[in-house]
Amino acid sequence: MGHITLKQVTKSFGEVQVIPPLDLEINDGEFVVFVGPSGCGKSTLLRLIAGLEDVSSGEITIDGRAATEVPPAKRGLAMVFQSYALYPHMTVRKNIAFPLRMAKLDIAEQNKRVEAAAKVLNLTDYLDRRPGQLSGGQRQRVAIGRAIVREPAAFLFDEPLSNLDAALRVNMRLEISELHQTLDTTMIYVTHDQVEAMTMADKIVVLHAGVIEQVGSPLELYHEPRNKFVAGFIGSPKMNFVEGEEAVKLNAKCIGIRPEHIGVSLESGDWKGTVGVSEHLGSDTFLRIKMPGVQEHMTVRVGGEFGARHGDTVYLTPDRSKLHRFDAQGLRIA
Amino acid sequence: MATQHSRSAARIMMAPAVFLLLVWMLVPLCMTLWFSVRSYLPLRGGDQGFVGLENFSRFITSSAFWPAVQTTLIIVGGVLVISIVLGVLLAILLDQPMWGQGVVRILVIAPFFVMPTVTALVWKNMFMDPTNGMFAHLWRFFGADPVVWLTDASVLSIIVIVSWQWLPFATLILLTAIQSLDSEQLEAAEMDGANPVARFFFIALPHLSRAITIVILIQTIFVLAVFAEIFVTTGGAFGTRTLTYLIYQRVLESQNVGLGSAGGVYAIILANIVAIFLMRIVGKNLDN
Repeated sequence: MGHITLKQVTKSFGEVQVIPPLDLEINDGEFVVFVGPSGCGKSTLLRLIAGLEDVSSGEITIDGRAATEVPPAKRGLAMVFQSYALYPHMTVRKNIAFPLRMAKLDIAEQNKRVEAAAKVLNLTDYLDRRPGQLSGGQRQRVAIGRAIVREPAAFLFDEPLSNLDAALRVNMRLEISELHQTLDTTMIYVTHDQVEAMTMADKIVVLHAGVIEQVGSPLELYHEPRNKFVAGFIGSPKMNFVEGEEAVKLNAKCIGIRPEHIGVSLESGDWKGTVGVSEHLGSDTFLRIKMPGVQEHMTVRVGGEFGARHGDTVYLTPDRSKLHRFDAQGLRIA
Repeated sequence: MATQHSRSAARIMMAPAVFLLLVWMLVPLCMTLWFSVRSYLPLRGGDQGFVGLENFSRFITSSAFWPAVQTTLIIVGGVLVISIVLGVLLAILLDQPMWGQGVVRILVIAPFFVMPTVTALVWKNMFMDPTNGMFAHLWRFFGADPVVWLTDASVLSIIVIVSWQWLPFATLILLTAIQSLDSEQLEAAEMDGANPVARFFFIALPHLSRAITIVILIQTIFVLAVFAEIFVTTGGAFGTRTLTYLIYQRVLESQNVGLGSAGGVYAIILANIVAIFLMRIVGKNLDN
């Protein structure tokens, strides 16, 4: 179970409205990712769902029950915090058992559930250590363990991987995805990293200044971004935007083309430019190309190796079928 | 910066301070040790030579010694309990966002800036006076007989006065500790179903344990040496004679410097025993 509905939810801090009226539907068993630049209100939204912040107006329903006025502990949700928020003076076992102890479960049942959670998360050997003696990834797992034992209706993750190093982040990303497959519970995950969003989500909610810009599956957002913001935010490296003459030719204020949808040639093509920087990753080569009509520079991805150097002239040919056109309001023209 | 040259320059510049501190501590300590093994009666013949450990055995076998130790420990214990329990509560209260927080915090710290003698006089005359004190008026208002505080509840009175003085210190230290408590931990506990009381006992109090041990350590050392509060209020009568006060009486009232010095050495030993205990506890707490 874990069907969460937000109806006309708003949040203001004093005079400032950080979340204008917002509607959102999260289905049972879904992995939903809130993604957006920092300060876009995604964490606030999560805290509203958790009950750690009160909504200024609107309604939240969890599994059909009105939850707007329900205190956080009674909503049946478990949260994993960015700082993990482990209790430093308790052992791992006590940390994980804490919610059960608060629920006054009997000791045998507590132990059974803690052992089971520890087994799932590979923490069995660390149960008697304190959080201070664990590595970042292990602490992360303890925080997840503390969430699992409560058997919540939904898990809330608040940027859980931002304190880990890059390699560990990829690992934990997979572990969380696997956990979602095993538990089959609703998960809401907040991140500013669009790679995490793309790789983990069933459904991505792109937020910008408290407003939902678009909701959809990762590939929907990639192929059919609703507006310029989503187009620029989803995908790595970022989509290139071209304004002016080239855009007018296609009846648009601005056209967007992803780096991977541009062909490069040293002899001929539609657009002419000079190479600024080329980044050789082995599998791919990223070229930053200066071109008239483009404010910054075009980023182009070429598969494999490409022998272009700083100052070389290259010709670019965008894949016309993958071009996105945007109007003056930044909305995508279908 | 830490070149050979700058290090030796630093040593030279620190030397006067170190020298002064050493002299300041070592000279009185040596004099105490010296006098404690001599019979020195300033008004009855002066220094009458070496007497071995006689002063020590006389001091400890005197009927006033053990009650004095007991009183000392009761006062220290009482002050610690009051200032820590109330200090924790006050710190939590002051941590709440409220209007005029800055002013209130300064007001709370204020008693710490009042001199011990003045504190004792204020309490003695304004609060505990059996005819005109605030408490006497309060008692009479409810139709009760006023308590003669400094006679009938003398040790309690001293504890109250000293606690009032040290409570701000405890509050200040505990307040800074509470402010460093990670709010996400409290939120996590809230999500885990802990009610406010459980959050206090399971999260806030363990977080404060280090600050509490530091308060205990520092206050014990200072409260062991409480003197002015007793001198001004009861003058050591009615069972308020602490070890410090007993030493004072031996030296100044009985004019027996040797005996008093022996008492001073006992006081040093007592303070060290307490300090070792506390250091162990603190050390244990700091390890975690």
